[in-house]
Order: sequence, then structure tokens, then C-alpha cells
Amino acid sequence: MNMNAQLRWRKFVSNFMLTMTGLCALVAVSVLFFILGYLVYHGGTSINWDFFTKLPAPVGENGGGMANAILGSAKLLLLATLFGVPIGFFGAIYLAEFSSSKIAFVVRYAADLLNGVPSIVIGIFAYSLAVHPFKHFSTYAGGFALGVMMIPITLRSTEEFLLGVPRTLREGAMALGASKWKTIATVIVPAAYRGILTAILLAFARVAGETAPLLFTALGNRFWSNGWNEPTASLPVMIYNYALSPFEDWHRQAWAAGLVLLALILIINIVARAILSRGISVPRA
Amino acid sequence: MATTSTTVPSAGPVVGSRSFLSRLREGDEIARLITFLFAASVVLITLLIVYELWQGSVLPRHKFGFAFFRTSVWDPNFEQFGALPFIFGTLVTSAVALFIAVPLGIGAAIFLAELAPARLSDALEFFIDLLAAVPSVIYGLLGIFIVVPVMRDVIQPALKNSLGFIPLFKGPAFGIGFLTAGVVLAIMVIPYIISVSREILLSVPRDQREAALALGSTRWESTWKVVVPFARTGIMGSIFLALARALGETMAVTMVIGNTPAIAASLFSPGDSIASVIANQFTEATGELYTQSLIELGLVLFLLTFILNGLARLLIVVTSQRGGAARA
Repeated sequence: MNMNAQLRWRKFVSNFMLTMTGLCALVAVSVLFFILGYLVYHGGTSINWDFFTKLPAPVGENGGGMANAILGSAKLLLLATLFGVPIGFFGAIYLAEFSSSKIAFVVRYAADLLNGVPSIVIGIFAYSLAVHPFKHFSTYAGGFALGVMMIPITLRSTEEFLLGVPRTLREGAMALGASKWKTIATVIVPAAYRGILTAILLAFARVAGETAPLLFTALGNRFWSNGWNEPTASLPVMIYNYALSPFEDWHRQAWAAGLVLLALILIINIVARAILSRGISVPRA
Repeated sequence: MATTSTTVPSAGPVVGSRSFLSRLREGDEIARLITFLFAASVVLITLLIVYELWQGSVLPRHKFGFAFFRTSVWDPNFEQFGALPFIFGTLVTSAVALFIAVPLGIGAAIFLAELAPARLSDALEFFIDLLAAVPSVIYGLLGIFIVVPVMRDVIQPALKNSLGFIPLFKGPAFGIGFLTAGVVLAIMVIPYIISVSREILLSVPRDQREAALALGSTRWESTWKVVVPFARTGIMGSIFLALARALGETMAVTMVIGNTPAIAASLFSPGDSIASVIANQFTEATGELYTQSLIELGLVLFLLTFILNGLARLLIVVTSQRGGAARA
């Protein structure tokens, strides 16, 4: 009888605790749906054509849009990609194909360290390197800051996908008399291209929403930026400034900008995963 | 058949047997050199960050020494810079975040790894990965317009009425402050905890579970007394990873913490953190000492996250290797 009661108690505890873990998962996932839902609702009712085509209205006036911030973000991300992706990509080729294990360890360690550096610290770094010496904020500096953040993500995942290419492919190419770099360029990289593309897209999505590194590099701009050497507006910084402002209409536009930014990032993430999962691909580590 | 190794692409070990000249002609050495420069630049950039932070904070390091970390006056007008309130704010908000996120995140990870059918688990993991991709400024936006009002009108009054005798929950409820920043941080780091812990739990060998069940334990007992202890170090790693993120998080915290340097017993009090003070004051900092004090705060943040990330990675590697070894 006592045994039975104890067994029942243990079973009750088991079911209770397992239900609790399910509840935890439910809470965590429902937060996502809540966030998405609230943002889509608020952003969706706030967004209009002006948002994409007009400059910000003067302080206190209603209306206007964020056309300059959209263009600014595009320019910053272009610069970041041009700077960060080649370093990550070719660095990964060196690690996977040429490097001795000691050098590879050092480079990997540096990349992991770089990946963990808080984004605000990257901002300070870009400021001391690309703003302070020139005495003015610029689009270049912002792009540089974001580019630095793209390097470790691109490097580490590209390397993993390169290492995942079957040995037999390499040996086949070499047996046909191809030199090493020819093997890499015509066999190994094409075999891993899905993975590499995914890595680049995820790195891109990661920095697309970064705000802290832009605060004192690209700064912000209420007008069109007059060139790459000028400060520029960007969507994340606009969200930050508008959300903290006292104006109702700016809050509305912050929501709209949030929706546009989140949609961009989630779409890139989903596309990246779809590319990876379609067809044969290298095993994910 | 040519006999020189210059014309025959290696019969033996694939690379080593060809002469340097032939590899140069075929472009291998050039490719190696070029890719090496790119790889080396990663190391260079990392070293340069450390150098710039160190070099950029010479003045306050010499002027204040360790007093920088012990004093709590932050007054740019009189060139007095003490970092204690910011360090306090960073630690308190991170502690609140972990207090909420750890039980919730590990609970959810246990559900996904042990209980949920594989398809449901993978589908939920997909959503959780997306949650991890949401930029922090959007969490800040939601923090200002959802979390702050809810904290001010519902949660803080409720805490005050029930637990108000504890100093932690005393004082006026502004909505903004340490507690709110901690809650927003918790929402941000939960996906990381779930994602890494789930991966670690899934790497625990099947025999461990089966042995426990065969001995008559219930499903929960096998999970809690066998699987979780097996994965303990890795789960600790995921918590350190989350802590490193929480310490360095800037935008979401800056938007809800209140931006007043303060050391207060009450979690309802507005405060400031290392990252948020840098974000707020860096562009308007006038004078070398002011700017350099902010850079020194950046150095502190860098070192904190460096240590935590290193520990986290070590713990995760150790656990997954143990799981792998036991499986083999």
C-alpha cells in the first residue's frame, strides 16, 4: 500500500514536472508570436507609401518618412559585405585548405573572440580607427564597423562547410592533375556553395539590425547623405531615436521601421535555411 | 612517362612531393599567400581592438588607477570618473535576466530534447532560432512600449504589495529601471539558452536514459537525475554564453534602464549600465579624459565578455566530447 502510494507520488511528480517543462517551451515560443504579432499589427497600421519615399519631417511636424535611412542602411550593408565577406571567405579557405593546425588554432581563436566582442565595443574600435583620425563621422566608418562584425560569422561557418566536402572529391580532382587552387576553385567551393551562401546571408542578417556600432560611426542624418564620406541615417538608429522621442507620430514611424527591419531579417534567415536544407548539403556541425 | 616531379602531379602524398617551383607556377603558393593574408588580418583586427582599447584609455588608467572601479562619482564637469554605478547596473540587470531566463530556458530545452516528438522539437527550434535573430533595437522598442507600461501598472505594484517588505521591491514604480532592463534582457537571452542546452541534451547518449528507465525510474527521474547531470557542464556553458550576451547588450538596456547612474537596493530604481552609458555619452563627450574614461569602460566590458565566452566555450566543448566519447 505504502509502495503504491509512493509510486503514484513519483508518477505524479514526473507528470507535473514534464508538464512544467512544456509550459516553459510554450511561454518561450509564444513570446515570438507575441512580438511578431504586435509588431506586424502596430507596424502594419503605421506604414504607408510616404515611409519609403519621403525624408523625415522637421521636428514636431507630422508625416514624412525614412527614405534616407533605408538608402543609408543599404549603403552601410553594402560596405560591410564588401569588407567583411572577402576576409571571412578567403580566411576560411586558408584555414580549411592550407593552414597548419597551429595557425588554424590561432585564427579560429581570434575569430571566436571577435564574435564575442560586444557590438558597442566594436563601435568604439571603429570610432578610434575610422572616425577619430579623420575628425568626422562617415558612412565608411559605419560600414567598417558592421564589416568587422561579419568576419567571424562568415569565417567560422564557411570553414565548417569547406571541411565537410568529402575527401574523395578533392582526391578525384587532384588525380586528374588539377593544382590545389584549381581544385579549390572548381571543385571544393562549388560543392560547398550552398553552405557558404547560407553563412554569408546569416552574417548579413545579423549585422542588418545592429545599432550600437553605428551610433558613433555613421551617426545619423536628417537629410540625404551627400556621399560616402558623410554621416548617414540608418534604419536601426532611426528606430532608436524615434522610439525615445516624445512625439506620437515618431513612435508610429519607429514601429513601421521596426516592421520593415524585422521582415528583412526574418526573410533572409528563412531563405538561408531553405537554401541549406534543399538538396544534398554538407552536414551541419 | 616523365620522371621529374615537376610534370607528374604527385603519385604519393597529394601535396608534398611537388617542388616549390612547380607549385608556384601552378599558382598554389600564390593562393596560399593571398588566403593567408586574409586569415592573418582576422588576427590582426582582433589584436588591434585590444590595442586601441588599451591605448585609448591611457589617461584615466594613469589618473585614477583602481579607484576607477571603486568610486561612484561620475561627474564630467569636474572630471571625476568612477565606474562603480555602471558596473553595478550591468551586474544587477544581468543577474535579474539570468534569474528569469535560466529556469525558463532550461525547462523549455528539457521539453524540446526529452519530451517533444522530433518534428515538433525541430519546428519549435526553428522559431527559437528566429527569435535569436531579432535585433536588439527591436527588443528595446517592444521594451519601451509594452514591457515598461506593464511593469509600471501591473507587475511592480503587485511585487510591492506582496513582497514590499524586501528592500529589493521598495520605492516608487517608474516602469523603467533595473528590473525592467533585466526582464527585457531575459527575453533576449532565453533563445540562446534553449538552443545550446537542447543541443547538449540531445548529445547525451541514449543508453543513459534507457539504463535509468530500465532500473524503474520515471521519465522525469531519468531526465533530472541522469540526463541533466550528464549534460551539466554544457548547460553551464550555455548559461555563461547567455551571461556574456547580457553583459554586452546595449540597445535594449539603454532604452529601458533610465540612464541615471545610481547604486540602489531597489530593483525599481532607474540606473545605468556600462554599455548604456557608452551609447548615451560617447558622441557628446567633450575632453580627452571624458572620452577615454568611456573607452576604459569599453575595455572592462571587453575583458568581462572575453573571460565569460572563453569559459562557456570550454564547458560546451568538454561536455560534447564526453557525450561523443561515451557514444563511441
